Amino acid sequence: MRRLINRRPDVAARFGLMILPFVIVIIAYMVASDARLSVNPNDKLLPGWSTISDAIERMAFQPDQRTGDYLLWSDTLSSLTRLGIGVGIATLIGGIFGILQGLIPYFRASFNAFTSVLSMIPPLAVLPILFIIFGLGELAKVMLVMIGIVPFLIRDLALRTAEIPHEEIIKAQTLGASTWQIIIRIVVPQMLPRLIDGVRLSLGAAWLFLIAAEAIASDSGLGYRIFLMRRYLAMDVILPYVAWITFLAFALDLALRLFQRVAFRWMYRGN
Amino acid sequence: MTRVTVENVWKVYGDQTVLENIHFETEPGSFIALVGPSGCGKSTFLRMMLGDEAPSKGRILIDGVALEDEPSPDRGVVFQRYSVFPHLTALQNVMLGLEFAQSPVMGRLFGRKRREARTASLEMLKSVGLAHAVNKYPSELSGGMQQRLAIAQALIKKPKILLLDEPFGALDPGIRNEVHEIMLRLWREEGMTIFMVTHDLSEAFKLGTRVIAFDRVRNRPEEQKAYGATITFDLKVDGKSAPPQPPVDATLAAAAQ
Repeated sequence: MRRLINRRPDVAARFGLMILPFVIVIIAYMVASDARLSVNPNDKLLPGWSTISDAIERMAFQPDQRTGDYLLWSDTLSSLTRLGIGVGIATLIGGIFGILQGLIPYFRASFNAFTSVLSMIPPLAVLPILFIIFGLGELAKVMLVMIGIVPFLIRDLALRTAEIPHEEIIKAQTLGASTWQIIIRIVVPQMLPRLIDGVRLSLGAAWLFLIAAEAIASDSGLGYRIFLMRRYLAMDVILPYVAWITFLAFALDLALRLFQRVAFRWMYRGN
Repeated sequence: MTRVTVENVWKVYGDQTVLENIHFETEPGSFIALVGPSGCGKSTFLRMMLGDEAPSKGRILIDGVALEDEPSPDRGVVFQRYSVFPHLTALQNVMLGLEFAQSPVMGRLFGRKRREARTASLEMLKSVGLAHAVNKYPSELSGGMQQRLAIAQALIKKPKILLLDEPFGALDPGIRNEVHEIMLRLWREEGMTIFMVTHDLSEAFKLGTRVIAFDRVRNRPEEQKAYGATITFDLKVDGKSAPPQPPVDATLAAAAQ
C-alpha cells in the first residue's frame, strides 16, 4: 500500500471528485427543502426548484412592471460598471505607485510607511465619509471599491518589483538604460502579469465592497437587489442572485487568467 | 586600448574589512582572472569595477579617468544568473542595448533604424552560435545558451571592459569548454579588457593572461574583522610571476596604523 501522499486520481476520478462536493450540497439542499415544504407548503426559507425557476424567469426574462427593465440584466450591468471602473482605476494607480515604490529609493522612502498605514484603514469605516463627500451617487460606490483594493495592489506590486533580480537592473544600466527606459522596457513588461495576479486576488474584496456600498445606498445593482429582497424573505430571488454573482466572479477570474496566458507567453514557455 | 589602474582600494562594511590595499594596473587587452576562496571579496571587487558599489578608500581609473560611480555602457557584465531579460526573446535581448542608445523616450526603434539594429544583433547572435535560437525566450534556452546570449547582449555595446562574475560556474564541463572557446575568440576580436571572477583555478589559467588571487593573510578568529583579503599572488600566465603588489609587509604595516 503506497502512502496517501503518493496516490493520485486518474482523469475520470479527478473529474468525479471535483463534482462530488457540488452534488452533495445540491442534494442536501433538496432534501432539506422538501422536508420543510412538506411541513409548510408556504415556507420561504428553502424554496423548491420550481419556485426558484419562476423567480429566475421573472427577474431575467420578463420586464419589470414598474420600470420595464429586465432586472437581472440591468442590475448586472450597473454592478459590473461600478466594479469595472473601480478596479480599473485601482489597477492603474496600483501599477504606477507600486512600480515607483519598488524601484525608486527616494519614492520608497517617502511612500512606503504611508501606504502601509493607509492599508490598515478598514475601507468600510470610511464609507460614511465617502457618502458625505461624494454624495449617494455612483462616485461614492466606485471610490469604495477603488479605495478598498488599491493599498493592497500598491504594496503587492512594490514587493514584486523589488524582487526583480538586482543583476537585471545592473545589466540594463550597463546597456545604457536610463531610469525611464528601465521602467518602460524592463520593469513594466515584467510587472504587468504580476499586476494581473494582484487584481485576481483582490477581486473578492472588490465584490465585497461593491455589494456593501450597494446595500447601503443605491437604486440598482446586484447587491441592492439582494438586500431589497431580504425585506420580503424572497429566498427564491436571493439564492439565484448569489449564484449569479459567484458565477460572474469566477468568470472574471478565469478571463484574467486566460488573458495573462495569451498576453505574456514568455512566462509560460520552456518551464 | 584600455588600461585599468586600481589604486590602494579598500572596502569596509561597518567594522568588517573585506578588501584591503588592492593595488595593480593592467596592460591593454588583458584577460584578468580573479581567484580566491569564497568570501574573499572577489565579487565585491567586481561590483566596485561595475560602479554598483564604491571603494571605501582608494580609487579605480580607466585610462587615467576615475570610474563613473554607477554602471555605464563602457563596462559590460555577465553574471552567473539573471543576466538576460526573461520577457524578451534572444534577438530582443541583444537589440535592447542599441534601442536604449538611439531611443531615449520610447526605448524602442522603428523602421530603418530597427532593421539596422536587427541586422547587427543577428550578426552578434551568429558569432556566439545562437543563430538558430533568435526567437526563443531565455527560459527555452539551456544554461550554456543563456550565458552565450548574455555575452552577445553585453558585447553589442562594444564595452571597453567586460566583467564576468563566475559566468561559467553553473555549466557542464563540455558546454563550459565550448563557451570558453567562444569567449577567447571574441576577446581577441574585440580587444577589450576582461575581468573574470572564478573559483575554478584551471579555468583561470586557461583563459587569463594574468591570474590575481585574493585571500586573507590574517585569519585568526580575533583578526577576522579587522583584516580583509588582499592580493596574495599575481601571475602572468606565460609562466612569469610578478611580485604581489604591494608586498604583504606593507599591507600589514598599513593595517596596523
